[in-house]
Amino acid sequence: MGKVVVVTSGKGGVGKTTSTAALGAALAQTGKRVALIDFDVGLRNLDLIMGAERRVVFDLVNVTQGVAKLSQALIRDKRIDTLFLLPASQTRDKDALTEEGVDSVIKPLKEKFDYVLCDSPAGIERGAQLAMRFADVAVIVTNPEVSSVRDSDRIIGLLDSKTLRAERGETVTKHILITRYDVARAMRGEMLRIDDVLEILSTPLLGIIPESQAVLRASNLGSPVTLNEPTNAAARAYVEAARRLDGEELPMVLPTDKRGILDRLLGRRAA
Amino acid sequence: MTVFDLFRRRTSAPVARERLQVLLAYERKNRNQPDLVGVLRDEIMAVLARHVQIDPENVQVTMDRGDTMSTLEIDVQIPNVGTMQMAASF
Repeated sequence: MGKVVVVTSGKGGVGKTTSTAALGAALAQTGKRVALIDFDVGLRNLDLIMGAERRVVFDLVNVTQGVAKLSQALIRDKRIDTLFLLPASQTRDKDALTEEGVDSVIKPLKEKFDYVLCDSPAGIERGAQLAMRFADVAVIVTNPEVSSVRDSDRIIGLLDSKTLRAERGETVTKHILITRYDVARAMRGEMLRIDDVLEILSTPLLGIIPESQAVLRASNLGSPVTLNEPTNAAARAYVEAARRLDGEELPMVLPTDKRGILDRLLGRRAA
Repeated sequence: MTVFDLFRRRTSAPVARERLQVLLAYERKNRNQPDLVGVLRDEIMAVLARHVQIDPENVQVTMDRGDTMSTLEIDVQIPNVGTMQMAASF
């Protein structure tokens, strides 16, 4: 039986879709069977980030409404053959997704895949609640910035009350994934410190993804950053986060620790 | 970054932390409860409306939440014409 992981945040633009793609690809590269589901009905983007936008025939809503079979709608990644994508629908009907419909998709996926990663839409409305509804594990993507931390706190509240696990008296395993972390600014005291964020949210850390040009380059090319530039600091941080998600215990290293004194003197950027 | 920056302590991140801690403590406590300010405002307005005609445009509600005490200010403009008696009884 696979694990259902929701990638969520409350706030928009913090990197949910990028992180879903990067974590999914990193897990699949280790041989795990991974399905990515885009829950952002009306504003799908995971297909674009994965470089599969021209291969979308059927979508999540088609499957829940019985128009297409799950096997017809799943798009197999061209680079990793254990990685699949179920795109969101572009319909403007907000009620196109129902709890029963989502259940009917997640149940069979859990049986065939090791990981089912649900890319949540922003906000705390129906779409976000359906994305987390069947989750066993939650990755809360947070920027070290006040509005993002506040919204993560609200999402944690929802994870503890509105998920199936919460209603059964069980818990969803929660992890914080810090993205867009700028070490230089943090050192100057301009950015919330990691331990402050973790203390405020009282949730353990899955990884720290440094701010990096490589993330935008990967999006431009339609390739998860972990595949596109595997040696980049952000990509390495995602690979490590994926290994932690899979149960490995790895020491947490600040992303720029590898930047040597020579690089600093020459003014070279870390990423 | 200069050496000077290392010793400079007037930074914004600690302020962000403090503000978040206060705010989230409040929000967590009130998450599943009705909005007190909203309830107070509506009930006070209902009482006033029983006695005088109030134009909702002329009502200002402000609130300031402090660590130990909060203030709620409701500023209502009551028209004078035909309501002098009411005003006197306030």
